[in-house]
Amino acid sequence: MPASDVAVEERPTTSSVEPVVNDFSIQVATVNGSGSQTANLVLLRAIFQMGVPVSAKNMFPSNIAGLPTWFTIRANKDGYVGWKKKTEILVAMNPETAREDVLNLDPGSVVVYDEPLKLDSVRSDLVFYPVPFNTLVGDVTREVTLRRRVRNMIYDGVLSRLLGVEIDQMEVALRKHFGNKVKVVAINRAALDAGYAFAEQHLEKRDPYRIEPMDENQGRILIDGNAAAAIGCLMAGVTVVTWYPITPSSSLCETLIDYLRKYRVDKETGKASFAVVQAEDEIAALGMAIGAGWAGARSMTATSGPGISLMGEFTGLAYYAEVPAVIFDIQRVGPSTGLPTRTAQGDVLTTAFLSHGDTRHPLLFPCSPEECYSMAINAFDLAERFQTPVFVLSDLDLGMNTWMSPTFAYPTKPMDRGKVLDAATLDRIGQFGRYRDVDGDGIPYRSVPGSSMPAYFCRGSGHNEWGQYSERADDYQKNVDRLLRKFETFRNWMPAPVVEINRKAKVGIIAFGTTHWAVVESRDQLRNEADVQTSYYRLRAYPFRPALASFIERHDRVYVVEQNRDAQMAILMRLELRAELSGRLRSILHYSGDPIDARTITDDILVQEGYRVHYSAADGVIPHDAGVGGE
Amino acid sequence: MVTATPTPKKKTNRLGLELPVYRGSKTTLCAGCGHNAISERIIDACFAMGIEPTQVVKLSGIGCSSKSPAYFLGSAHGFNAVHGRMPSIGTGALLANKNLVAIGVSGDGDTGAIGIGQFIHLMRRNLPIIYIIEDNGCYGLTKGQFSPTADVGSTLKTGVVNELPPIDTCALAIQLGATFVARSFSGDKKQLTAILKAAISHRGTAMIDVLSPCVTFNDHEGSTKSYAYAKSHEDPLEELDFVPYFEDIAVDYEPGETQEVTLHDGSRLYLKKLDERYDPTDKMQALRVLHETHERGEFATGLIYVAPMTDDFLTTLNLVDEPLASLPEDQVRPPRSVLNEIMASLA
Ligand SMILES: Cc1ncc(C[n+]2csc(CCOP(=O)(O)OP(=O)(O)O)c2C)c(N)n1
Ligand code: SF4
Repeated sequence: MPASDVAVEERPTTSSVEPVVNDFSIQVATVNGSGSQTANLVLLRAIFQMGVPVSAKNMFPSNIAGLPTWFTIRANKDGYVGWKKKTEILVAMNPETAREDVLNLDPGSVVVYDEPLKLDSVRSDLVFYPVPFNTLVGDVTREVTLRRRVRNMIYDGVLSRLLGVEIDQMEVALRKHFGNKVKVVAINRAALDAGYAFAEQHLEKRDPYRIEPMDENQGRILIDGNAAAAIGCLMAGVTVVTWYPITPSSSLCETLIDYLRKYRVDKETGKASFAVVQAEDEIAALGMAIGAGWAGARSMTATSGPGISLMGEFTGLAYYAEVPAVIFDIQRVGPSTGLPTRTAQGDVLTTAFLSHGDTRHPLLFPCSPEECYSMAINAFDLAERFQTPVFVLSDLDLGMNTWMSPTFAYPTKPMDRGKVLDAATLDRIGQFGRYRDVDGDGIPYRSVPGSSMPAYFCRGSGHNEWGQYSERADDYQKNVDRLLRKFETFRNWMPAPVVEINRKAKVGIIAFGTTHWAVVESRDQLRNEADVQTSYYRLRAYPFRPALASFIERHDRVYVVEQNRDAQMAILMRLELRAELSGRLRSILHYSGDPIDARTITDDILVQEGYRVHYSAADGVIPHDAGVGGE
Repeated sequence: MVTATPTPKKKTNRLGLELPVYRGSKTTLCAGCGHNAISERIIDACFAMGIEPTQVVKLSGIGCSSKSPAYFLGSAHGFNAVHGRMPSIGTGALLANKNLVAIGVSGDGDTGAIGIGQFIHLMRRNLPIIYIIEDNGCYGLTKGQFSPTADVGSTLKTGVVNELPPIDTCALAIQLGATFVARSFSGDKKQLTAILKAAISHRGTAMIDVLSPCVTFNDHEGSTKSYAYAKSHEDPLEELDFVPYFEDIAVDYEPGETQEVTLHDGSRLYLKKLDERYDPTDKMQALRVLHETHERGEFATGLIYVAPMTDDFLTTLNLVDEPLASLPEDQVRPPRSVLNEIMASLA
């Protein structure tokens, strides 16, 4: 405890260089399964509690223990939370990657490392802080298993001293993490103190990086997108959850199950107002969700790319038979094995047209935990309103990483259960025809099994508007044309884009999902570094709104930024745009498995705009010859 | 719906409904197809048991067999799903509304080939559903290819011989945890009707494999799923008498020869044993009989295995009394205080 008292009085002395305050990244390189997650989250939360905008990205391998992982915390006073490639502070705990990690740093960067790794011999242009972790942890506890668990807290203590992250905030974060496990908190605190005391006595501050308190995080929470979506499902009144485990979607259902058990079980009777089934595969998971949706439940499943592929046939059936279901796709890089734990936005085209025959599905693109929450609620309403599967396309970066978020608002609108037939409606419309377009919006009425309303036989493509079996050409065509009309009706029900028009801009940017955060930062870079003014259209849903075409019309060149190789969103747009507008689209594509970063977008746009870009280690990029940006 | 019947004295069931209410649309299957006879027996059994048709869901996959739910219980909801995946649709429907009576119809291809995975998991969940396999040893709808229940040595019309051993869906179902397993023959009106009635009285998965000859593609000499073969190789384990819970009938029987089984809804089944040692509550014996009859080139019919008082899947989920599908908003959307509590935990 005394360590913190000292910290308040006497900050470590900075060297001659200008201090860099609240604008740098800390990367912790460890092996997975080594228990570093607690230390990382405590550090993240402590900075968050100091009111400084932060974000975190966990780069982890597809195994359970023993392979390298990198956890990166970015503190940024301007509120940029996108991925930044450059790391200023490295905590090197993994002997396997330490050398390479050090070689990747820019000159002047900081390395806190496990002393026996002798990393200071690798380069001479960095600031090295060796820490004897084993010795220090040996003084904290004698128990071997405990040592392993709290060893990583020592670097939190060291960083606390070096960077000025308040140790009391770390304790608050520890308590938040461990709840009322007093002993666990105490031993972790002891490890923190050991690191702090060591740094205080043995490490002279020779770097410019500092965390200083701000007041930016009032009313904010820290949460990952999957947990946010789970809270959305809870608040949406989901009743049937059927799923099959797959990274990065599992935590959505697992968190949801926790909340459902806590808040949706009758305290007196112990009975549940929900059913959860871990299915035998994704085909069954979606089959169950569709069966439940058909029978009137609010049903959902969550998966990732491989599961989406398996769901193809059922999705088509649900589209033709007009059955609601909500499908979360937490996108990841293509087939396993390989990069299933890396992020991508590669399922746009697959989900938009999933299945055989003529099919089209509504897609929602949340960019933040707040939107994971609100769009989850919206998805259930849309699915029931339109009687069709609705996809929510999140990604690994959003789903599994921790983000700052405003607190979520309680739903203001009642649940929309759509056009479910009841006695009054039946009176009004006269005769029930399951696939009859009574209201001219392409959406028919449906009756639900078990109600006393007239029944129908639900099947794929072969039915007339009365729901009777038919293989007639005119019945089929009439029906698929109505389905298209229904799809057109969606447009204006889907979440509107967020558009920012800059009257001076000739350049427009379109992005969606997590790409948003890199675009926000990139637009500032473009303006500040090269005086390139941009307008921005953040897509939030498919089918697109008519506003998309007007946005493109206003600009000479429009960059569609996305995290896949094939420009999938741009392709989807081109299907609808007139040729002249299509011609204005250009693509910025990022598909390394890492989240997209602002620098990548900025450089690529500048190059495509005709600037000569050359790299400098310190500044990233210097634009030259800010000339015309023509073809 | 009231339809004029030719008989002057209109026969009604305990709900006051007449038999035609239980019929469906006109069959489009081949004349003489075993599947049509099974539909008739389903109509009879549902009528006799006084099932409320609007509370029934008819479920199927894809195949000639899977088309047949359109031909019975026309006033019930139905879902013709995708090939082999009826179990998941049925599971979802029952999760949404646990009060529904689920009748699933599948084929031996729909179940034994593409759908074997979902079949297996359905059996192990003991979902309350009547699962009927209309078993003709071939794929009717795709014109007569072998299915996984075809016997070794059985031939196609073209003379092609099946080399692979069959899947015994009854043995599989017993092993996996189904709590009511029967085998019958579409031509055995009395036995099949009794089994269907008993299945309606059961709570849990009632798996019924019904030999149902495909007259168009698999009714020739050399096929072990033809009418002639089935008639001559059927080996009934018992004579079945079913007494529904709502009928007060006393039955006299010889204890050693006849076994009484009380089903979940209180209905009773009297099994007059043809082999006096047979006990359908004995799992190992059931598996042995299936194996032995198969070795002899015969097939055992009747109620093969029953465990009437096992908890079904929906019971283990401990759901609220009202169907999940019709819960009002205030029961499924937690109040503002819950959201506030969650937000506070994350701040
Ligand atoms: C995914 C898929 N693959 C193949 C088919 C083609 N198909 C339709 S019915 C059928 C076999 C049906 O055989 P069975 O279940 O034994 O029923 P039967 O027609 O004999 O009653 C097949 C393979 C299909 N509908 N869907
Ligand atoms: S082809 Fe065979 S299974 Fe299909 S309807 Fe005809 S007889 Fe029945």
